Amino acid sequence: MSTVGVGGAGGARVQIEGVHKSFTLDGRSAPALIDISLEVQTGELLCLLGPSGCGKSTLLNIVAGFLPPTGGRVLVDGSPITGPGPERGVVFQEYVLFPWLTVAQNIEFGPRLMGVPAARCREITARYLEMVGLSEHATKFPVQLSGGMKQRVAIARALANSPSIVLMDEPFGALDAQTREVMQEELSRIQRVEHKTIVFVTHSIREAVYLADRVVVMTSSPGRIKEVFPIKLPETRNRFAPEFTHYESEITRVVKEEVAKVHE
Amino acid sequence: MSTVTDLVQWGLRGASQPRRRALALRVGAVLAFLGLWSLASGLVVLLDLFNPIFLAGPWLVLGKVVQLAANGQLWEHVGATLLRVLVGFTSGAVLALALGLPAGHFRAVRNALEPIVELFRPIPPLAMLPLFIVWVGIGETSKITFITYATFFPMFLTTVHAVQQVDPLLLRAASSLGARRTQLFFRVVLPAALPEILTGIRLGVALSFFVIVISEFIGAEQGLGYLINDGRNFFLVPQMLGAAIVLGLLGYGGNALVVLLERRWLRWEHPPSA
Repeated sequence: MSTVGVGGAGGARVQIEGVHKSFTLDGRSAPALIDISLEVQTGELLCLLGPSGCGKSTLLNIVAGFLPPTGGRVLVDGSPITGPGPERGVVFQEYVLFPWLTVAQNIEFGPRLMGVPAARCREITARYLEMVGLSEHATKFPVQLSGGMKQRVAIARALANSPSIVLMDEPFGALDAQTREVMQEELSRIQRVEHKTIVFVTHSIREAVYLADRVVVMTSSPGRIKEVFPIKLPETRNRFAPEFTHYESEITRVVKEEVAKVHE
Repeated sequence: MSTVTDLVQWGLRGASQPRRRALALRVGAVLAFLGLWSLASGLVVLLDLFNPIFLAGPWLVLGKVVQLAANGQLWEHVGATLLRVLVGFTSGAVLALALGLPAGHFRAVRNALEPIVELFRPIPPLAMLPLFIVWVGIGETSKITFITYATFFPMFLTTVHAVQQVDPLLLRAASSLGARRTQLFFRVVLPAALPEILTGIRLGVALSFFVIVISEFIGAEQGLGYLINDGRNFFLVPQMLGAAIVLGLLGYGGNALVVLLERRWLRWEHPPSA
């Protein structure tokens, strides 16, 4: 674990090699993911996009180490993963803050586990509280926060542990449309500072085009990789620029084919 | 009375009342009860309904309690009861946590313990009291063991359930922040299970006072249960009522103590300005 040094920036490389996953239902094995091979580059933000039930969250859970793959493997900077690890931070759709800890205590949860000295913990917490704009809410408990604020804390908590990779599972899925766009802008701003390797699961095409360096479209169940779109747009993106809309409609066409299949 | 407008605005909790008025209602209700009680016991004497010894008025009861407190007897009995409750309940709680936490955590432990617990749980604890007396004698040990036995079940079951219902996502979140097995237990499982564990502890405290009285009815020379039973033998109704009221106050105090712990440890559930 060379990535434990807290506060460092920069990402790691993720290699997904021939990953299969099947779940057993009523004694029968049903495939969820078939032959997924993918390489996420250092500092890249990769979006996994697909209709509900396409296995994109399953793939993320495998990379996080929460689920073992039925076949294949996942490598981080060349070494295969065996379970969850602090070099891979996770942001969940349901926020999953520790409700018994204050905002600040949630953020310093990771560093404290690592035995980072208290003074340094305070520095880290202050830095990330500021980054997500919650400095004034440091002593509040999660029940006192709105959904958007909770997700900011969750992002700060993941980043404060200085992971080289951040895995985000539809992190803005539970937020209202306006908050969602604000959060996308914040994430993109943070990423320009932190340069993490990010795998971001979403079913929003707009969100994917706004955030991603590459968008991976998956097929509906069982999940395969259907198509990969490199997004060649400037770092600061304009949702109304013609190039943006062009990517959006191109990806929409491909996704629609998959959604249609589900309803056949 | 609440109107429909009140109901839809406040729900069934009702609109908050001014502090003074709420307090006045509460104190008034207690005074009214004492008044009715006095009236009833007075009428019995005046109308010569039945032997007034059966329904002693509140002042007679209070007088008896004060008298017992003044000559020191009351404190002896209160001390004896409290000590039994304290030792019996504490060992019950320790046992329930020591077995319940691992049982909630590990399926194998649960599978081993549950059938045994389920075998004994439907037996009313009181049915076991004579057995305890036969096994460990009529002295302190049987009384304490009895409280331990009776309080173990609710506290064990709530602890097991509390641990089992901990959201697995919390474990995922913590483990991807670098938590190892023991850290997961102490920093996630325990705090997440604490609210329900404390509910079980509250049940345990209430049950302790419930069962101690019965075990003090049988072969005790001290304790509030003894005081009640002794009163029965000699038709001392004020003593019986007085001891019962003191028991009620002790139970109330025990509950208040747990509520205090809950306020302190579970502040995150209802922070002041939420």
